[in-house]
Amino acid sequence: MGVEGIGASVVRKEDKRFITGKGRYVDDIKLPGMTYAHFIRSPHAHAKVKGIDSSAALKIPGVVAVLTGKEIVDDKVGNLICGWAITSKDGSPMKMGAWPAMAPETVRFVGQAVAVVIAETKNLARDAAEAVVVNYEELPAVADVTSAIKAGAPQLHPEAPGNQVYDWVIGDEAATSAAFAKAANVVKLDLTNNRLAPNPMEPRSAIADYDTAEEHYTLYTTSQNPHVARLVLSAFYNIAPEHKLRVIAPDVGGGFGSKIYIYPEEMVALWASKKTGRPVKWTGDRTEAFLTDAHGRDHVTHAEMAFDASNKIVGLKVKTYANFGAYMSLFSSAVPTYLYATLLSGQYVIPAIHAEVIGVYTNTTPVDAYRGAGRPEASYLLERMMETAARQLKVDPAALRKANFITQFPYQTPVIMAYDVGDFNASLDAAMKAIDYAGFAGRKAQAKAAGKLRGIGVSCYIEACGIAPSKAVGSLGAGVGLWESAEVRVNPVGTIEILTGSHSHGQGHETTFCQLVAERLGVPISQVSIVHGDTDKVQFGMGTYGSRSAAVGLTAILKAMEKMEAKAKKIAAHALEASEADIVIENGEFKVTGTDKAIALPMVALAAYTAHNLPDGMEPGLKESAFYDPTNFTFPAGAYICELEVDPGTGKTSFVNFVAADDFGRLINPMIVEGQVHGGLAQGIGQALLEHAVYDSNAQPITASFMDYTMPRADDLPSFKLSHTTTLCPGNPLGIKGCGEAGAIGASAAVINAITDAIGKNNLEMPATPDRVWRTIHSA
Amino acid sequence: MYQTTYHRASSVDEAASLFGKGSEAKYLSGGQTLLPVMKQRLASPSDVIDLAKIKELIGVEAAGDTLTIKAATPHYDVATSAAAKQAIPALAYLASLIGDPAVRYRGTIGGSLANNDPAADYPAATLALGATIKTNKRTIGADDYFKGLFTTALEDGEIITAVSFPVPAKAGYAKFPHPASRFALTGVFVAKTKSGDVRVAVTGASQSGVMRVAALENALKANWSASAVDSVSIPSSGLLSDLHGSSDYRANLIKVMAGRAVTAAG
Repeated sequence: MGVEGIGASVVRKEDKRFITGKGRYVDDIKLPGMTYAHFIRSPHAHAKVKGIDSSAALKIPGVVAVLTGKEIVDDKVGNLICGWAITSKDGSPMKMGAWPAMAPETVRFVGQAVAVVIAETKNLARDAAEAVVVNYEELPAVADVTSAIKAGAPQLHPEAPGNQVYDWVIGDEAATSAAFAKAANVVKLDLTNNRLAPNPMEPRSAIADYDTAEEHYTLYTTSQNPHVARLVLSAFYNIAPEHKLRVIAPDVGGGFGSKIYIYPEEMVALWASKKTGRPVKWTGDRTEAFLTDAHGRDHVTHAEMAFDASNKIVGLKVKTYANFGAYMSLFSSAVPTYLYATLLSGQYVIPAIHAEVIGVYTNTTPVDAYRGAGRPEASYLLERMMETAARQLKVDPAALRKANFITQFPYQTPVIMAYDVGDFNASLDAAMKAIDYAGFAGRKAQAKAAGKLRGIGVSCYIEACGIAPSKAVGSLGAGVGLWESAEVRVNPVGTIEILTGSHSHGQGHETTFCQLVAERLGVPISQVSIVHGDTDKVQFGMGTYGSRSAAVGLTAILKAMEKMEAKAKKIAAHALEASEADIVIENGEFKVTGTDKAIALPMVALAAYTAHNLPDGMEPGLKESAFYDPTNFTFPAGAYICELEVDPGTGKTSFVNFVAADDFGRLINPMIVEGQVHGGLAQGIGQALLEHAVYDSNAQPITASFMDYTMPRADDLPSFKLSHTTTLCPGNPLGIKGCGEAGAIGASAAVINAITDAIGKNNLEMPATPDRVWRTIHSA
Repeated sequence: MYQTTYHRASSVDEAASLFGKGSEAKYLSGGQTLLPVMKQRLASPSDVIDLAKIKELIGVEAAGDTLTIKAATPHYDVATSAAAKQAIPALAYLASLIGDPAVRYRGTIGGSLANNDPAADYPAATLALGATIKTNKRTIGADDYFKGLFTTALEDGEIITAVSFPVPAKAGYAKFPHPASRFALTGVFVAKTKSGDVRVAVTGASQSGVMRVAALENALKANWSASAVDSVSIPSSGLLSDLHGSSDYRANLIKVMAGRAVTAAG
């Protein structure tokens, strides 16, 4: 590794502009003649729209238009799609109601748009929105799955009787029942996985600019995957053909999954820009983010695990109700199925697994992938289960895990996934050593003497990342392939531009991707720039989510680099009058191995572009591209252990220690990896202790601001102790597994296991607020 | 935000005069409540009269057995004031717990007391210490000042100019912060006056705003120790109940925080 190569903790190139206020986010962009959109949103969770009177608003000077749901439907803008088809156990396709970009007739969650005001200023648009009178006829509403599946519950969509989208199963039911029939012990657990609001720092924003002469749209948007946005807008929403639609996702301030989807606001802005002939900007405020950004999680689960007499797991049964909210968001259907139930083997040998997942509509904000997406729910279930089992079977929780770990690879689970490599004992051993697991009993006794309840909790997670082999996901119902593309452009003066279909919204690609180039060519990263986030610059890409950009996106860059290097070596060999096979690349030079003959990269590049003396038949230029489709998912895994104290007087939890031992395969930039883990752990701990998107019984949201929704803050979190135990991923040439979601996947179970250990009671749900913990301590 | 007219007053008299001229005027001090509410279009004052730059309204002074904090003094100044830390350390400590640094640099004691948020910190100290609220028209004793949620004895247009706290023999504050807002989910201020009287005020817990708790006062008057509160029964009726704290949890917190406040007071 060089000082800037793979494995170096290079300081992030992009941070200078971010920390000096020079980032260019969508809301920073102002176009000539730009107008501003303000959406009129339903205050009701479920209602008929009986009429919209915009006459007073239209009289306000500066109001350009008031457009309604009926108009967007009449103009044949397509309904929002769900891009992953799931088939129910009876063979029927999933049952979905239509989701128009603005509701023409019926609103089904608080915050759903019914109309939009376009005006000369943002404030004017807001003033005018207050002058629009919407006449609603309220309907009964339902917010939670348990109520929504009951007979007589309010019905959301006639297409989905009983509010049921699908009833999907995976695994071998007969084999699982047989395993349970002969089990020595069965452990049962009921769990709720709390609904979360993603809350990236930057709210969503969009600017649509229609060029009437060219009949061409430009959309600036807060997207994790601008090419997918263009594809969907073009192919399904009838906005414009792809060559007449440019999508730009400039600096984006965090996504966590919530900016994967193409939202109604972007569709409306594009449509309104053509209708008004003016650029249209919309920037959501924090309340709109709470109401309309796709939420995460929200499962209700019953699970049973069967053990034989020697405490080996013999079977797992899971039944989960997943709350989808009022409409099926873009990838929502896949989250509680192929991203959740396929991980239910965890790190363990479980010979028989059967899971049933029932997807349910409710009058709430649509739910989709949020950091971890299905895998945190699976990991939380299994790791609460292992802890519960250890207590019931009266064995040490770490020992029970070790006795059941998968140790032979590759390992085919009963739920599709084939784990390629791992060393789960190594991670757990490292975490146990880091936290002095053996000395815990003494520390617990000391804490007790000081009036505190101390607990320790283990969580051993595994996730499927680097999504994914296109053929595999296609066979499971995905509407897209999940490869990545890259292009390497060596300029005539030897500087290098890397065009990538990955999208950085905080991950540090502008640094890590350059490190690969530095590693291979020995040039400083200052000579390399990363180009992403613009459909006019990068031909195509699948974007960034599912911890895929290093494992898939960077591998695509590697493939393009290899092609470029091969051509450059030919040019160098020709110039040096040497054999191509003898050329090696070192410190930015092409050298004839074993001699002092060399030619620097800029001279090779110049030769490629002057084309005065190229090998016969060679095309000028030095630019190569590649598409890379992985052969398998990657399987990051690790062990987290949390030690904490509970104040019995208040139920307040205080961290003593939190250790993480992760196996991410090869690390490109350990400092950035550490940052990713910190952020993931903050969100996992946030789910465990603080965060909860709550609706009342009328489906009114009661946590739509930071006064009520508890975001994790620095002083809520411990100082993390991180370490790595590494097995290289055999599925990609760099050996990378991915690190973006691990913390959010593994942390919450460790925290809850530690609290339930501290208080000696297991019936605790997330978030474990002080009130809940205090109540559980004092429960019968 | 709706359109409004901003005035920066240079004296209390000028501020009162400007207030009288506005159709629906509002005083602005630190703006930690008014400005967010205006941004959300939940308030639309015709005129906003800024008191925060009036020099006669800023400062902390100790004289004899009284600590006086002028109304537009920001929380940060109180938290770091040598005079406040010397005279009533529990009060300086309370100020250090309000909001976050950005709030403490802007928010003021006068603004807090005039707003009388049921979960604000200052009302607990003001009531427990038996402070006197001075206005441009009169003085009001703490026991007569707080009238329920967001309601006070202030008349329309009346301006708090200072708050005078009698220096107690002992005082302590214990706050259990609301996890999201960091207001007091329950905060208890205990004070033992130099004449031996005990006053206990609770914020964040009651449906009626800051309140004294006679049962705790009696127990602590008999025995000034944290364990004295153990035998006190706090009913949950009349207490707030919400996502972050049920009424019985808040009743528990009143006792627990009272004991911790006594320990802090020494």
